[in-house]
Amino acid sequence: MSLTLSKDAKTAPQAGRRLLHGIGGGAPDPGLRTHMERWGEVRPPRHLIDELEASGLVGHGGAWFPVATKWKAVASAGRRRPVVVANGAEGEPASKKDALLLSHAPHLVLDGLMLAGSALGAQQAIVYVPATHMPVVEAAVAERRAHHLDRIPIEIAEAADTFISGQESAVVNALGGRRGAIPGFVGLTSIRERGVGGRPTLVQNVETLAHVALIARFGATWFRHVGTADTPGTMLLTINGPDGPLITEAVLGSSLLTATGLRPEAVARAQGVLLGGYGGGWVTPAAFSELTVSEKTARRAGATLGAGVVALLPPDICPLAEMADVVRYMEGQGAGQCGPCVHGLADLADAMERLAYGGASGPRVERLLEICGLVEGRGACRHPDGVARFVRTGLHVFSDEVASHQRRGSCAKSHAARVLPVANATARRRLVAKA
Amino acid sequence: MSRWILEVVIDPIACDGRGVCAEMLPERIELDRWGYPIVDGDNIAPALIEHAERAVRACPKQALHLVERSC
Repeated sequence: MSLTLSKDAKTAPQAGRRLLHGIGGGAPDPGLRTHMERWGEVRPPRHLIDELEASGLVGHGGAWFPVATKWKAVASAGRRRPVVVANGAEGEPASKKDALLLSHAPHLVLDGLMLAGSALGAQQAIVYVPATHMPVVEAAVAERRAHHLDRIPIEIAEAADTFISGQESAVVNALGGRRGAIPGFVGLTSIRERGVGGRPTLVQNVETLAHVALIARFGATWFRHVGTADTPGTMLLTINGPDGPLITEAVLGSSLLTATGLRPEAVARAQGVLLGGYGGGWVTPAAFSELTVSEKTARRAGATLGAGVVALLPPDICPLAEMADVVRYMEGQGAGQCGPCVHGLADLADAMERLAYGGASGPRVERLLEICGLVEGRGACRHPDGVARFVRTGLHVFSDEVASHQRRGSCAKSHAARVLPVANATARRRLVAKA
Repeated sequence: MSRWILEVVIDPIACDGRGVCAEMLPERIELDRWGYPIVDGDNIAPALIEHAERAVRACPKQALHLVERSC
């Protein structure tokens, strides 16, 4: 390869468009030359973990866990050299931001992965992505190899196309050759201590690694130029609205409504807004309009921002039918390991379907809430808890719709096209036949 | 100063709902509608420790544990 790369340091972007800086609406240009022109070569600070701690960066895979704390745990886990993993599985069907980042800026993610590798003295670096994104990552890795950019080789592993594939211990199990199960039970050592191949393992979401790549270049003080003291920096959001899924970069602590770019009329007309995806929660349009881009306010409203999913439910759609589809999908996406989750989510999906399609003979709300209570906190992972939050908040936000279903019987809107994507449409076909 | 309590916990992956534990330690364990144990996390008082230990030993899946936890 004869391309000469511009390796000069570049000026830091001053506005809230950082990860998406230079990324337009056109065809993706994921090449190394564009990356270097945009960002320059990375010269890591000597104490990157301290810099990350000062930046206040948290993970954007959904857990909002402080990045420096996680890195320190891996660094101090033992004598064996760790494994670092860039997690781009993005199993949540309503989230597309990791896919966008991988398509347009794979080198930013790989910079972050390599920085993690150097800071932690890793001997192995793995990019874990769905099959659809393997070619772009393979091309990026080949370019870096040709330019001798990286100290340790980067491996690429395929992530299964399932909801749970991106869950941290499912990632480790998949990379260890076992099935994507979730051994989160107390008493098992954390994967930060014993993960891939029994080594200390860092699994970090691809967006988070891209933030790391920018903090390494421009510093913690720069990172804090936008956002608030509690919630600095930016995050990517996937907005599922009238114009289809759109990705935007939001300044933390700013107005969520403004950040999403959704028209206030469209929000006001909506029946509800889903935050944080299928393990997240529903809020009313009025509550949504008051929120800021912060996990704290989302939690206070009964939801979570999670990995940044926002979905608007328009007026002409049956919310209960949407919910029933999602709960059935989530039932099928569990790891199938824990009895209360296996049985509970099946019962919950049945009850949601009878509520949506069963008319006056549908179950009472108390019955659904009772099942939620029976699955919460009883799995090895948080999968059932997320589904229970989705159902509880939905029954609350759509309480008028629930009442009218129970009063009037069938719902004309329940066979309308769906808004919330579910990967497997067989459940829906079965439903229509039953109704 | 931290206080310690002794509690029974279920490994939900190992448990397959045989229900032996609920028979042997009804003071702390009941079964849900699917036959899986719901555990009351209250401290296991000294008088109950022997029963709890027997329930732990009796679990055919070794899914029941007696653990000390600070609170």
